Amino acid sequence: MDVTAHAFKSNVKAALKDMQLQRALSGLPTGLVAQRTAAKAKLPEFEALRDVGRDIKNHTLAHLDLYLEAWETKATAAGAKVHWAPTAADAREIVAGICRDANARLVTKGKSMVSEEIALNAHLEAQGLEVVETDLGEYLVQIRHETPSHIIAPAIHLTEAQIEADFRRQHTHLPKDRPLDEPVKIVSEAREILREKFIKADVGITGANFLIAETGSSIIVTNEGNGDLTQSLAKVHVVVTSIDKVVPTLEDVTTLLRLLARSATGQEFSVYTTFSTGPRRAEDADGPEEYHVVLLDNGRSALLDTPFREVLRCIRCGACMNHCPVYGAVGGHAYGWVYPGPIGAVINPALIGLEEASHLPNASTFCGRCESVCPMKIPLPGLMREWRQQEFAAGGGTRMARSALKAWSYLARRPRLYHLASRLGIAALSALGRTRGAFRSLPLAGGWTRHRDLAAPQGRTFQQLWAEHKRGVPR
Amino acid sequence: MSDAAAVARREKVLGAIRTRLGNSGGKREAVEARIAGQARHLVPERSRQDASGLKALFAAQLRAGNATVVESASEADLPRIVASYLRGQNLPLTLRAGEDAWLRGIDWSREPAISITKGPAVPADEVGLTHAVAAVAETGTLVLASGPENPVTVTFLPETSIIVVRAADLVGPYEAAFDLIRERYGHGTMPRTLNLVSGPSRTADVGGRLVTGAHGPRRLCVVIVG
Repeated sequence: MDVTAHAFKSNVKAALKDMQLQRALSGLPTGLVAQRTAAKAKLPEFEALRDVGRDIKNHTLAHLDLYLEAWETKATAAGAKVHWAPTAADAREIVAGICRDANARLVTKGKSMVSEEIALNAHLEAQGLEVVETDLGEYLVQIRHETPSHIIAPAIHLTEAQIEADFRRQHTHLPKDRPLDEPVKIVSEAREILREKFIKADVGITGANFLIAETGSSIIVTNEGNGDLTQSLAKVHVVVTSIDKVVPTLEDVTTLLRLLARSATGQEFSVYTTFSTGPRRAEDADGPEEYHVVLLDNGRSALLDTPFREVLRCIRCGACMNHCPVYGAVGGHAYGWVYPGPIGAVINPALIGLEEASHLPNASTFCGRCESVCPMKIPLPGLMREWRQQEFAAGGGTRMARSALKAWSYLARRPRLYHLASRLGIAALSALGRTRGAFRSLPLAGGWTRHRDLAAPQGRTFQQLWAEHKRGVPR
Repeated sequence: MSDAAAVARREKVLGAIRTRLGNSGGKREAVEARIAGQARHLVPERSRQDASGLKALFAAQLRAGNATVVESASEADLPRIVASYLRGQNLPLTLRAGEDAWLRGIDWSREPAISITKGPAVPADEVGLTHAVAAVAETGTLVLASGPENPVTVTFLPETSIIVVRAADLVGPYEAAFDLIRERYGHGTMPRTLNLVSGPSRTADVGGRLVTGAHGPRRLCVVIVG
């Protein structure tokens, strides 16, 4: 996909003015956020499970090569063909090769963010294949020639009215006056159209939420059942996934599954959790004749000896973006690459380079909600701070920002000077703002005062108030 | 793409991981022990209940996800229960099912209107009948193993899915269901697909509003027998 992370600032301006987008995003607090809160309340062990989940992933990552080999041995014994892909280009070409060998014309796809990461659809289409997304949200995005704006709710940026218009534009073989004013009618229409694709497909591509070393299985989690039809009806099932998805045992994956749906949609469990192991067996009546798994690295292994290793714990639930005030204001497309929200702000610089994605770790208020809801306890604000430090060390940022940071750093390391400067500054602002109690404009603070007043300080600094408090001076 | 290139790609990925992890001795033993150990982690308290408590939890969880749950006191009564559900939904009494020995052993002639076609599902099938190997009370989840007994298409293609499970196969947590699977298939071995089903298919992709009946079944009826 086209990368526009470098244009984050202009993406944000456009997003804030996009009234359809703002209407679509307004449902987040009462939707996914409230649902997660309710699910968490129903499971007293939820917080303790987060610690267990974190430890499972940490253990696996510390032994990653061995668990991948153990998984591969089991998967291969069950008849899987395992393909290792160091880069996105390798993965694309491996999948294209599998499709060529199968003489495929039609490819159906279940939801897969890794396939977005490697820009698989465009590559397969360039080879003359018809590629159809079957997750409803992904299908909505595909017929608009867009990309997902959320990792579990790809069409969260669209309103019902937009979707109705898209269906009328796209499905021209259906009566023009058919009613589509209810979500259920839209879903039924998509069901009819995609059903035909499932049945005719030559190759079915899905992602994987997890790989299990104990059994050599891959797992997908869906609510629609599209992933199961994708992988059961085509002759060839291709799993496109990445090296960070492996876990040791069924007990380990069970713990992560207890966290995943609750964190993602607030469901106690997703409707369909499917474990796939090898192709159909000799005695089976259905299922794919071939089962391939493509394991993508694409920069992940390079994170293992860096502070960013912690993001490899991510189970892609989307809770961080649902709870992020920045994501909630601008949506996912503004981030300019596959992974939006706080997790994107940390992963994207690692995968596409800090130079391209440097705005993303800066687009945070460090409110900490993402870390507080992350089922894998990934310290997302801390890792964004780490990127900011690397950016500064590499000479990044505007001259103004760099000068301000240097000045602040100089003062912060000289406490007496810092207290003096803040006392003088606050006294001056207090005196200047005495009449209104607030400023409509201030030099160097235009970014703030263009949109709101800045409250005038009351005259004393925090340190002064604190010192008085400790001496017992009544306020 | 040559085999040599595939081997080189494999070594590139694994080599990169090993370099970054700086592997030292003893790790392989730790990995093997973990895989062999099947150690349980924290298991939610709600899954520790007596049989009637588990059944009530199982049914309540499924109903919360828009499934229908009915009980059949005995195997002999199953045909009547299935026929009554289908008539109530105004559906045909024509079912698709696999070669499941237990389902075949039931005397369906007690409801002469029921007809069962054997084999994997085809798109025209309206009702699928499958037998779950286990049921998990924790979240109201059925566990289905693929194979000629219960082909996976029978669970996913028809608009209406009827899943039958014996009360004796109802367990508390997922871990207990996986133990049953290990007993049946051997440690570290799985059927081609193991499907955990917790309701009829659904989506919230249109404006965030929940719609039941996406690509999989629009209706799920779970029958607990015994």
